Amino acid sequence: MSESTSNTVVDRSTLLNIVVNALDATLAGQGDATPSEIDDSTVLFGRDGLLDSLGLVTTVVEIESKILSEFDASVVLADDRAMSQRNSPFRTVGTLTDHILSLLTES
Amino acid sequence: MKAERRIVLVTGTRTGIGRHIAEHFLAKGDLVEGCSRSDADWGHADYFHHRADVGDENDVVGMLKSVHERHGRVDVLINNAGIASMNHTLLTPMETAERIIRTNLLGTFVVAREAAKMMVRQRGGRIINMSTVATPMELEGEALYAASKAGVVNLTRLMAKELGSYGITVNAVGPTPIDTDLIRGVPEEKIQAILDALPLKRLGTFEDVTNVIDFFVSPASDYITGQVIYLGGA
Repeated sequence: MSESTSNTVVDRSTLLNIVVNALDATLAGQGDATPSEIDDSTVLFGRDGLLDSLGLVTTVVEIESKILSEFDASVVLADDRAMSQRNSPFRTVGTLTDHILSLLTES
Repeated sequence: MKAERRIVLVTGTRTGIGRHIAEHFLAKGDLVEGCSRSDADWGHADYFHHRADVGDENDVVGMLKSVHERHGRVDVLINNAGIASMNHTLLTPMETAERIIRTNLLGTFVVAREAAKMMVRQRGGRIINMSTVATPMELEGEALYAASKAGVVNLTRLMAKELGSYGITVNAVGPTPIDTDLIRGVPEEKIQAILDALPLKRLGTFEDVTNVIDFFVSPASDYITGQVIYLGGA
């Protein structure tokens, strides 16, 4: 799947890489080891998640910044709608990637 | 090895305290970025002026993006932009009230938020917000202005808590009246009444403000956050 932003085409695998790299940077910054394998099902936040609330904030900031610099697109990942969803978009690497793709589609 | 020059962002730099603060950091050899709603009529080789309204989120996001593209970081933010309005509660139009809150409180918030995003990535930074003695002195005739700055004080303390773990300190300075455009329309007896209520009875100076700012941004002040220093003993 791919979506067009103001000046480029974004495919899901590119966004997945951004999420994985941001997670990697956050864990490294916290002095935590990165799991040997990260994929869509890797749990980010909540029960058995890799991140605490501060780590999630750091990761979100990193992702938003990367999207702005790489795609010239300003997205707000933690808007009111995202925070009130029954199934949190921040639960796993896959749900967060889909959430970003959805926001870029809307914008 | 030569130390890297600091990147300092000051809002509201066209005139008054903001311009003085910008020139103060330039004199120290820092690279300064500033903004106001209109173009600046002054310049410096190490100064870049953005035409941006801090009450407009798009303007602020664009300005910080521009700072990031040029420098990749921001070390110090001086959240100076603000508007004053002397008006009795019964005579304050809603439009004026919204303008004051939008610029003084929401403007301070959104600039700090965007700068802090960069500071989080660089694991450090200093944010200095501007309050006023009108807040602790609860000056009649400045209800909305004082309330907006009371919000800035609370914001300062809370942001200090939320950003402390990233090595970002957030503090505020609360000036007394200073002889700037901001108070030019204020009756002399009103200013005198304020000075009479202060332990130190004189108008403030630009240097009084930059003295506190220097203290907050000093490397030795990395264990000081969430503090508000009011000038004149207010």
